[in-house]
Amino acid sequence: MIRRLIPLAATVLLLTSMMLRAEDTNAPAAAAPPAAADTGPKPDPAGLATGLSVDAQSPNGPFVVSAPADLSADDKKDPAKVKTYTDAKKAFDDYTAQAKLEPLAVKLSDSVGHNRVAINFMWTLITGFLVMFMQAGFALVETGLCRAKNASHTMAMNFMIYPMGMLGFYLCGFAFMFGGMADPLSPNNGGIATMGGYGGLNHELGFTIGGKFIGLLGWKGFLLQGAGYDSAAFALFLFQMVFMDTTATIPTGAAAERWRFSAFMIYGCMIGTIMYPVFGNWVWGCGWLANLGANFGIGHGHIDFAGSSVVHMQGGVIALIFAWLIGPRYGKYDKNGKLVHPIMPHSIPMVMLGTFILAFGWFGFNPGSSLAGTDLRIAVVAVNTMLASATGALGATLWMWWFRTKKPDPSMMCNGMLAGLVAITCPCAFVSAGGASILGLIAGVLVVESVFFFDKIGIDDAVGAISVHGVNGAWGCLSLGLFADGTYGDGWNAVPGPVKGLFYGGGFGQLTAEFIGVVTCFVTLAVLSLIVYYIGEKLVGNRVSKDVEIEGLDLPEMGVPGYGGMVMDKQGETPMMKGDA
Amino acid sequence: MKKIEAIIKPFKLEDVKDALGGIGISGMTVTEVKGFGRQKGHTEIYRGSEYTVDFLPKIKLEFVIPDTLVETAIDAVIKTAKTGKIGDGKVFISAIEQAVRIRTEEKGEQAL
Repeated sequence: MIRRLIPLAATVLLLTSMMLRAEDTNAPAAAAPPAAADTGPKPDPAGLATGLSVDAQSPNGPFVVSAPADLSADDKKDPAKVKTYTDAKKAFDDYTAQAKLEPLAVKLSDSVGHNRVAINFMWTLITGFLVMFMQAGFALVETGLCRAKNASHTMAMNFMIYPMGMLGFYLCGFAFMFGGMADPLSPNNGGIATMGGYGGLNHELGFTIGGKFIGLLGWKGFLLQGAGYDSAAFALFLFQMVFMDTTATIPTGAAAERWRFSAFMIYGCMIGTIMYPVFGNWVWGCGWLANLGANFGIGHGHIDFAGSSVVHMQGGVIALIFAWLIGPRYGKYDKNGKLVHPIMPHSIPMVMLGTFILAFGWFGFNPGSSLAGTDLRIAVVAVNTMLASATGALGATLWMWWFRTKKPDPSMMCNGMLAGLVAITCPCAFVSAGGASILGLIAGVLVVESVFFFDKIGIDDAVGAISVHGVNGAWGCLSLGLFADGTYGDGWNAVPGPVKGLFYGGGFGQLTAEFIGVVTCFVTLAVLSLIVYYIGEKLVGNRVSKDVEIEGLDLPEMGVPGYGGMVMDKQGETPMMKGDA
Repeated sequence: MKKIEAIIKPFKLEDVKDALGGIGISGMTVTEVKGFGRQKGHTEIYRGSEYTVDFLPKIKLEFVIPDTLVETAIDAVIKTAKTGKIGDGKVFISAIEQAVRIRTEEKGEQAL
């Protein structure tokens, strides 16, 4: 019974700590003008008022021209501001005159705007469904790379992280991550821009330093109630929830075959509620990393188009900390810490099927991150994604075959393809096909070297998750600072001009912003992981006993074998050390 | 009566079985086994780590026959199981004191 209460207790504990946190962060925010708590746009749960004539766009901008705000007395002394005002006023007057001549066109534009937003809704939802299917891919890859005697346990972790993560994100994770995306204090506060520009999620906790707002955590939309009960917010929730669950399922692979299920459930409570949303808010919820450009002139701020850092590197860092602290699986290293026996996968076909499912889901992951089916850059994004997956797989295979082991290792082919996909995730919208191919190829080599490195230093990652998601997540972000070709991203994060990397004459600005993001991701997630690991350690203990590990976790932990009715060579699956009882 | 135990390569089982059937041997017991001989398995490599496959899969064939058939049976096994490469296996011969067919309680060579 006590064990059953533990996840509940963990949630209560978490919420309590969150309240304290809120008060702490509120204190400095009080110096700034109080953020709107109950004001802001009205939510539109039915979706009837979302997408009107203002959303009807031509290549030259919106169809409907709105009246410019009147200038204050101070502004009237500034000739530049007066000129902007005069131009805007003239455009508005021209539009008003034209609208009087063609009243039907104005009415039609409502319908055009609604359809435009509807296409973006459809795109976001359908690509979100594709990303949800990636859970199956992760489950197959991780389970296939583990031993048969742990199949039901590894599969169960991959299965239960989906509901656990989702409910946490519903409870408070979404509000923490996106609750401040339209905060008027943030320079980049467009709201859910592609889906009607809903601006109800407008409360970001943070502080102001030298007139620059430093956003730390969103604070609106809890339980999708109030300002969260809006059709655009729900579409965003679905899409972002499946992204969060991608992160959530990464550490289950690294710490597989030895992680106690109850300790895993505690982690499951933490990932969607707080571990994922903090850094997520800083990059995607208009927090301080996104505003590095607008506030401090560092490139366009930290850009992560589809989540090399927000999704993959976060998962990779958690995987690193957990795999390091929980220790290597029994039998892989001898008593002196020397690698003596690789632990074999039990189903390479399962691993490869899972990898294909992931590669398919990535067509939702990357192109869907435009949140807009009307942004035709999605074709470039999709092609870049598939090219990097190909060069990643080829790079890893050839590197293993020719330079490392004389055999083209199927498990490394899969790691290579996933490494290419992880790396292209951040820069996919900003690079050319050539750039995508090269950075994917580098990812393929990088993942092999990284797996060898972590094996050598004694961090036992059962599936290569640290190397695939952590190392290549970081590489993906940095590669944007190198390869962004300046054809896309004008006005990104409220910074004018397209996104340009070092190799295309953009200088070091964007690279620096990416580097700051990567370092921040590592430090933040390392600290959060340490805390969550020790909570699990204190409450239930993270690691199963040695007897359970040798027997296989399926029966002692889950009560059912992964492959019932089959005779298994359990001793053969775990090499025993000489002279060991 | 003699018992012949032959350790052979798994893919040779069908050939050996047919050859033994051809010289009038009417029954045998087959077991999947693992083991090694003088070549001591071989090394493989997975994700950069070498490991030794000590115990290779083999088939153990057991049958008991009258003394008169022993030489012919051994010849048949050797002829069909040989590939000339290492790991072809071995044949062991031992004496059998008694045999009983459970259904009829026949004894000795009658029971084979």
